[in-house]
Amino acid sequence: MRGEGVKNTAIQLLLAVNALVMLFPIALMVLSAFKSNAEIFDSPFTLPETLDFSNLLHVWSDTEFVQYLLNSLVITTSAVLLILLAGTLAAYALARYTFPLNASLYLFFLAGLMVPLKLAVIPLFVELDTIGLLDTRLGLVLIYVAMGLPSGVFIMTGFLRNLPGELEEAARIEGASEGRILAQIMVPLARPALVIVAIQNAVPIWNDFFFPLVFITTDARKTLPQGLTVFMGEYSTDWGVLFAGLMLAALPITLVYILLSKQFIAGMTQGAVK
Amino acid sequence: MAQVSIRKVVKEYEGGVQAVKGIDLEIADHEFVVLVGPSGCGKSTTLRMVAGLEEISGGEIWIGGDVVNDVPPRDRDIAMVFQNYALYPHMSVFENMAFGLKLRKFPKDEIKRRVDEAAKMLDIAMLLDRKPKALSGGQRQRVAMGRAIVRNPKVFLFDEPLSNLDAKLRVQMRTEIKKVHQLVPTTTVYVTHDQVEAMTLADRVVVMNHGVIEQVGPPQELYHNPKTRFVAGFIGSPAMNFLPVRVVNEGGLAVQLANGVRLAVPPQRVDRYAPFTGKEMTLGLRPEHLTEIKDQEKPNVVRFDATVDVLEPMGMETMVHFFIDGQPVCARIDPNTPAAPREILPLAADMNNMHLIENDSGKVV
Repeated sequence: MRGEGVKNTAIQLLLAVNALVMLFPIALMVLSAFKSNAEIFDSPFTLPETLDFSNLLHVWSDTEFVQYLLNSLVITTSAVLLILLAGTLAAYALARYTFPLNASLYLFFLAGLMVPLKLAVIPLFVELDTIGLLDTRLGLVLIYVAMGLPSGVFIMTGFLRNLPGELEEAARIEGASEGRILAQIMVPLARPALVIVAIQNAVPIWNDFFFPLVFITTDARKTLPQGLTVFMGEYSTDWGVLFAGLMLAALPITLVYILLSKQFIAGMTQGAVK
Repeated sequence: MAQVSIRKVVKEYEGGVQAVKGIDLEIADHEFVVLVGPSGCGKSTTLRMVAGLEEISGGEIWIGGDVVNDVPPRDRDIAMVFQNYALYPHMSVFENMAFGLKLRKFPKDEIKRRVDEAAKMLDIAMLLDRKPKALSGGQRQRVAMGRAIVRNPKVFLFDEPLSNLDAKLRVQMRTEIKKVHQLVPTTTVYVTHDQVEAMTLADRVVVMNHGVIEQVGPPQELYHNPKTRFVAGFIGSPAMNFLPVRVVNEGGLAVQLANGVRLAVPPQRVDRYAPFTGKEMTLGLRPEHLTEIKDQEKPNVVRFDATVDVLEPMGMETMVHFFIDGQPVCARIDPNTPAAPREILPLAADMNNMHLIENDSGKVV
């Protein structure tokens, strides 16, 4: 009993330290967003002297921030939606139907997990150039969809396979078409898995710096992480403004995560308890 | 309402394994037929072929005058209740029951009328807004039945619907199902491995084993006149006792146990069993035909002594387990009979109810 208590305290302590380590840079970012450059260097770890919104206002109105934000929103949302759509359809077929080459097709998707897409950046560049999608948002979306599908199909197939077959059979007997079974029975039940796939893809896509840097050159099509580099000057950097931009950039995905965290955790622990 | 015909139906899986080996079964309109047998006997596969959930490898299935071999499940006008209920977890009880009707584009007020009516009949009217998660096992079972009833289909299919319930609820729901069938006499095919369920529910019981039908008949007929050793052993609880015997004719036809004891064959059976004189056979006798000695004995009752191994008092009766020639035997005695383990108990075997079984074919002669 006592050993158990000590063990629990130790675990709690470890988690608390971990939380601190994780939260510290975020807190620093938020604090600095309300400070002037001078104040950041004078007293980096204190609360801001006055609640100064000028950095935020400056980022919002005097830079291309809003345009970058919109680009990021459009690209991330469409990529995630496409991954969910294509991934669910593919996973449903793989999980619930037997057909020749089912296993091979599944392995083909899984093989994508082993290929770091960044290694293929030169062929991708050539390919996008050939089909005329270089320096377009659509080109970027397609790359992200290709990147997200393997893990999406993997997660969704595993989940859909575990749903009881009787539900599908019951619906089939009652007169539901295959499409309706998928849309009205399977997808609602697969929501935890859909949330996992969505978050697991949305975060890296939102944060991605590499692909926009390589494929996007026009300023009006840049995404947030890429756009924020504009704030880093060659000779001087307005850190307050940069942090304000970073804070605003991190906000949407943090909110999404908080809103969906309950379902996310539910999906991760599915099957752990009855 | 419709009759169902199963004609020479075969189910063969990849690799040539036959789960169902060419069975024939005619099910009349309004009839309640129970398919019973041990697991792997092909009863569920047969039901799933009727439902259209399993492809038919050979033969024909007719529902209401049409061959349905290539008709998809939704066009067969059937409703099925599954062992795990298969309620849609994200829909309320009402939505679960209304799902099939909505798909068939019934008007809203008609859907509501039908669901309310079924809910009232099944006593789940107060649960219509709940999700399946918030229901007990018995309530879920009722909802699953309600979902089948509202559609008013030609045929009801039940796939071991009571197996997930505890013993008490199972008995209660068994009665409910029978009551529902009396109210809504739809043709019903019911699959179970529980012979008591089969006996209590069925108009006719179909006993299956290894992919073939062993016997079809009303419960009483199966009980009293089993055609095979399998049916004899499967129907009835505790199971029928089987003892190896030789048919002898020395001063009257009799069956002789391995220990030399002779049990005379009743006169009315002599003609029937005489052709088997000299053969090694199996004697089948139900526990209720092995009883304590009664004051007024009927003719053709043989007395013998048994050394009691185990006693199982059930209240209304007591089961006595003992051995004859090393074979376990069970007798059913009056609970007031004095008996104790390891002591000698005089018993009476009612040979009027004997069964004689051919060893090679397993047929009851």
